[in-house]
Amino acid sequence: MAPVISIRGLSKTYASGLQALKPLDLDIERGEIFALLGPNGAGKTTMISIVCGLVTPSAGTVTVDGHDILRDYRQVRRKIGLVPQELHTDQFESVFATTMFSRGLFGCPRDPSYVEKVLRDLSLWDKRGAKIRELSGGMKRRVMIAKALAHEPEVLFLDEPTAGVDVELRRDMWELVRRLRERGVTIILTTHYIEEAEEMADRVGVINRGELILAEEKNALMAKLGKKELTLQLAEPLAAIPPELSEWNLALNQDGHELQYIFDAKADRTGIPSLLARLRDHGIAFKDLNTRQSSLEDIFVSLVSDRRGE
Amino acid sequence: MNFNAQGVWAIYRFEMHRFMRTLWTGLAVPVITTSLYFIVFGAAIGSRMTEIGGVPYGSFIVPGLMMLSMFTESIFNASFGIHMPRFTGTIYELLSAPLSPLEIVLGYVGAAATKSITVALVILATANLFVDVTIAHPLPMILFLVLIAATFCLFGFIIGIWAKGFEQLQVIPLLIVTPLTFLGGAFYSIDMLPEPWRTATLFNPVVYLISGFRWTFFGTSDVGVWISLTATFGFFLLCLVIVGWIFRTGYRLKS
Ligand SMILES: Nc1ncnc2c1ncn2[C@@H]1O[C@H](COP(=O)(O)OP(=O)(O)O)[C@@H](O)[C@H]1O
Ligand SMILES: [Mg+2]
Repeated sequence: MAPVISIRGLSKTYASGLQALKPLDLDIERGEIFALLGPNGAGKTTMISIVCGLVTPSAGTVTVDGHDILRDYRQVRRKIGLVPQELHTDQFESVFATTMFSRGLFGCPRDPSYVEKVLRDLSLWDKRGAKIRELSGGMKRRVMIAKALAHEPEVLFLDEPTAGVDVELRRDMWELVRRLRERGVTIILTTHYIEEAEEMADRVGVINRGELILAEEKNALMAKLGKKELTLQLAEPLAAIPPELSEWNLALNQDGHELQYIFDAKADRTGIPSLLARLRDHGIAFKDLNTRQSSLEDIFVSLVSDRRGE
Repeated sequence: MNFNAQGVWAIYRFEMHRFMRTLWTGLAVPVITTSLYFIVFGAAIGSRMTEIGGVPYGSFIVPGLMMLSMFTESIFNASFGIHMPRFTGTIYELLSAPLSPLEIVLGYVGAAATKSITVALVILATANLFVDVTIAHPLPMILFLVLIAATFCLFGFIIGIWAKGFEQLQVIPLLIVTPLTFLGGAFYSIDMLPEPWRTATLFNPVVYLISGFRWTFFGTSDVGVWISLTATFGFFLLCLVIVGWIFRTGYRLKS
């Protein structure tokens, strides 16, 4: 199936001269949850803002469902909902009125029952008559999501939806994102919380200093870049790694009480059985052992720090 | 469908709703100010001025009063209307919506013009309590009213986008428009001025607006009515061109 969003050679240099995006290619598949990861200032918001029409691209093209974002902006924008990073609300409007306003702005006919459904989905229905300034920060964020969903978008951008949000709202947000995906909505979210991407995303993109380092299936990425480690709690501490064990990639930790073996998770032969046999042959006993797979966070940190070192 | 009527209507309603929140002050202010003008100008000064060009002084100042309020109301409402979303950040929604620049302007300027025309009519009704007001040419009067409201709302819209803060919103109306209005014959005929002031006054664009509008009331004017209409329309087109440029370049709207 053709990607829903197709980005080609997109770059942005702000008037200040800062290049926030280096020429970038990216396809977003229809119906997927795509998580864009990257440290502060990496260019995540810039990319989203270009697709949504808030920032003018310096070069490159973006098409949504085959429509160019600049030439066919009407068709494109009707399909897109945006929840920006910052809380921007009309303080004096009621929750219901502001959601209905958003629906109208995007050219949809008044439909109170649809707006009701959106507000109920976001646990805002009880607050429908409240003025926005009376709401808590978390509630305001829900209102912004309701506004973004008011015109039934096919693609939803969530820019750091859970930054500074309490645990309950974060869970609700994840739940909502999953429900939206079930309905076929494509979701692109940026986040600082890697566990969030790990938990929800189908695909992950990593962006750093305006450069898209990778965009891959989350599971493939974790298998490809993920490392496993085996930790052995030794019965007796070792002063150094015996030379007989040099063919394994070992490290000695905890004053020689712990032997750590890092191996490639995707390799057919892990080398563990032979390592254990060799240990037994040399009389090195261990009390306990465990293995751990590296998380997306480890992968992310190593990717970003690799680039920093260049 | 190539016109987002729902979107224009949403903006219009939003803006009208904003005015409704302050409806009573919004209407009480022009009523009280107009009454004050009549008490001061009409009773105190007017008794010595009697007539200008055959029109009693009290009636003579009515079009000028309406214009003065129209100018300030239009600029204030339209500039505030577009400045507020920029200030609070809610403009992101407007920029990400499937709206053409024309539609955005129609919504904001339409609502602001509705309000300033309402205020002008309230002033007319209030004035009618103090003095006799007859309108010689009602249809041209409506035409001038709508054209001037639209022009100054567009002008206000531009200021609202240009301004970097709330104090800048006030600068142009207070420092330029109000003085030009007072000096532009809102409360006197420029024929009453000695030279060279009379000729100097002809460089004040507001003279043409007020003169034309006054003609629709009394059938007499300082400058030819066609010149007035052309000047008003020219100002309208100029504002339209600037607004077009703003959206084409994204000036102060997009980075
Ligand atoms: N309007 C702007 N003008 C100039 N520089 C900007 C503007 N917006 C963002 N930047 C800069 O561009 C870079 C990328 O910012 P942003 O896209 O917001 O990153 P992220 O969302 O990943 O934190 C940052 O260095 C930021 O300071
Ligand atoms: Mg950001």
